[in-house]
Amino acid sequence: MPSLKDLKVRISSVKSTQKITKAMKMVAASKLRRAQDAAEAARPYAERMEKVLTGLGLAVKGQPGASPLLVGTGKEDVELVIVATSERGLCGGFNTSIVKAARAHIEGLIRDGKTVKILCIGRKGHVLMRRLYGEKIVGFKDMSAIKRMGFADAQPIAADILAMFKRGEFDVATLFYAKFQSALVQITTKQQLIPAPMPEAANENESGDELGGAIYDYEPGETEILEDLLPRNVAVQVYRGLLENAASEQGARMTAMDNATRNAGDMIDNLTVTYNRTRQAAITKELIEIISGAEAL
Amino acid sequence: MTDTLHYEIVSPECLLKDAHAAMIVVPGTDGDFTALPHHAPMMSTIRPGVVEIYEAEGAEPTRLFLKGGLAQINPAGLTILAEETIELDKVDTDDLNQKISNTKEDIEDAKDDIERSALEKKLAWMVALSEVVHAA
Repeated sequence: MPSLKDLKVRISSVKSTQKITKAMKMVAASKLRRAQDAAEAARPYAERMEKVLTGLGLAVKGQPGASPLLVGTGKEDVELVIVATSERGLCGGFNTSIVKAARAHIEGLIRDGKTVKILCIGRKGHVLMRRLYGEKIVGFKDMSAIKRMGFADAQPIAADILAMFKRGEFDVATLFYAKFQSALVQITTKQQLIPAPMPEAANENESGDELGGAIYDYEPGETEILEDLLPRNVAVQVYRGLLENAASEQGARMTAMDNATRNAGDMIDNLTVTYNRTRQAAITKELIEIISGAEAL
Repeated sequence: MTDTLHYEIVSPECLLKDAHAAMIVVPGTDGDFTALPHHAPMMSTIRPGVVEIYEAEGAEPTRLFLKGGLAQINPAGLTILAEETIELDKVDTDDLNQKISNTKEDIEDAKDDIERSALEKKLAWMVALSEVVHAA
């Protein structure tokens, strides 16, 4: 049975924890708004890029000499798994769920006898991945210095990935991140970066409509435009993944901190009840002692 | 009513412009071209250069520097997927010259072709920007 003083100390410590989690929740909420706006602002570009790529890709895919970024290297032996996570903790299951999804994917690849290379973006994922697959990690991008994610921050990462691809260090690249749906729901997403995923041929008729049903003049030529567009697409996809991730992280943190605040509240209530009971018991005990003392006389 | 061309300029970070104009001059890789309303559908990559947007015929154009990108004209209008845009009056000439000479040094020190081609691309847009600024 804890003493009255112990209980008092506990209550005040839980109260100050609650204050911290409450503040963190508010901060996360305001950051979430900004991250969400950024993610939404980036959508039009990615959508238009996708349309153009789909149209062009379907036209060029059958031709010989198409870019390996589009059709792949012809084998799937080495896969680069890019795991994008957050820089900070205290955001619920956010990082663990991304790492878990990536891990399931990696285990599958290893079972199929393929070589896996891992690129970590974000400190938290790196820490978790390092313990599991230390020797497979080929790179780690620390994003902790970045306050507001800009396209300029995603570009060097994409440039690194493309340089590795050009050197023939991997055949397929997959990106793992959490897609933001709401503050409560974040969907861990696996996205293939290289080769660029193309819808199945069944959509061929549709793609004409997407491009306005028009026959285009290409300047310089379809292949050259694709050569220019595909590397940029990788950067855009990475950027989009990072933005979605940033919004998801804040959403997850907000929810986690909201839960923590509520739990702290419950705990304070329980502790207060125990405290009051203990105090009452002490008073009653003292009274009984006095009364029985008086009766004995 | 005079015809206007609907145009959009989109950067990876946001939708920069979504408006109508009388005509737009785009710096295509194979040469500048002017987009007027009802232009035939076409797609072109953009070299580093200036886009001139004429809100009305004969009016002073709005000038915007593009680092590169893709222009697409379809019946719905002109869409420019810009890599990055720079407003011309915000350019710091000294800073730019400094960066150009730095990049030139970097190219000489480049370890492999991949690094060199990336740096050359960077140099190309900076040189184009400085030419535009000096011409103005």
